[in-house]
Amino acid sequence: MSMLDPIDRRILLASQDGLPLSVAPFAELARRLGLEEREVLARLRRLREQGVVRRIAAVPNHFRLGFVANAMTVWDVDDREVSRLGRLVGALPFVSHCYRRPRRPPDWPFNLFAMIHGKDRAETEARRAEIARLLGEACRGADVLYSLRILKKTGLRLRPAEPGAENAPCSA
Amino acid sequence: MRNGHLDPIDRAIVANLQRGVPLVGRPFAELAATLETTEETVVARLSRLIETGVIGRFAPMLDAEKLGGAVSLCAMAVPAERFEEVAGILEAMPEVAHNYEREHRFNMWFVLAVERPERLPEAIAAIERATGLEVLDLPKLEEYRLELVLPV
Repeated sequence: MSMLDPIDRRILLASQDGLPLSVAPFAELARRLGLEEREVLARLRRLREQGVVRRIAAVPNHFRLGFVANAMTVWDVDDREVSRLGRLVGALPFVSHCYRRPRRPPDWPFNLFAMIHGKDRAETEARRAEIARLLGEACRGADVLYSLRILKKTGLRLRPAEPGAENAPCSA
Repeated sequence: MRNGHLDPIDRAIVANLQRGVPLVGRPFAELAATLETTEETVVARLSRLIETGVIGRFAPMLDAEKLGGAVSLCAMAVPAERFEEVAGILEAMPEVAHNYEREHRFNMWFVLAVERPERLPEAIAAIERATGLEVLDLPKLEEYRLELVLPV
């Protein structure tokens, strides 16, 4: 059940690597696709209302912006407390992502993940200590994984032939 | 902006554009007015920021789950001597949306994003076959925040 009709898909395929760099990028995109600018805008607005497109935005490279101490902090939090505490951690201004994920014992005992960013490791460690204080006794273990390198950052990639519904063999 | 130095206008452009532009014919007009500059200047600086790698891309941000697809965070403990080889295998796979090297025994962390949920276990199996390494699959169970905007 794809949310995308073939024209939506053409628009996203043509723009997912980057919109034309122009003062009127949607007009230029429409021209390349042989569509009207107003149709491209109307479709993108609908996709945004549906949440398929979160926003049209720039993806910054944290390292290049001076955030050199980016850390995934992980915590083993009491299951009875994790939802309540997760929301509190997620509300901290320096936390960019916060999720509950499954433990994978014995290799991976942690169930709460919070990404934090700092200008240096001292700042990031101070922020990590703040999370530890907030979690208090509900937290039984913790670790930190600093980012060393972005190896790839492309986001979800649509593929031209993937819609499935129209050309997939019947429930193979 | 040589050597990655960003002046205040560059920083304002990055801060603003990571939050998103309005879906209108001239999406940079409002920002240009705020910065007391021209749309052409905003576009020229955006182009430079992309060329120098400060901005990865300027594009629609897609939500795989809203598309009916699936996303998962995965990790592998890759032996140091095989790190580049394994990174290359993931680089070539379109299902791998992000990949980071992290300082830990589990040193490779990647996000799989697929349009069809059944592709997720297939992609994990393909990675395990291609690398001979075990993949730790950690799909999200609850989301407490997803806010990509950083103060710049």
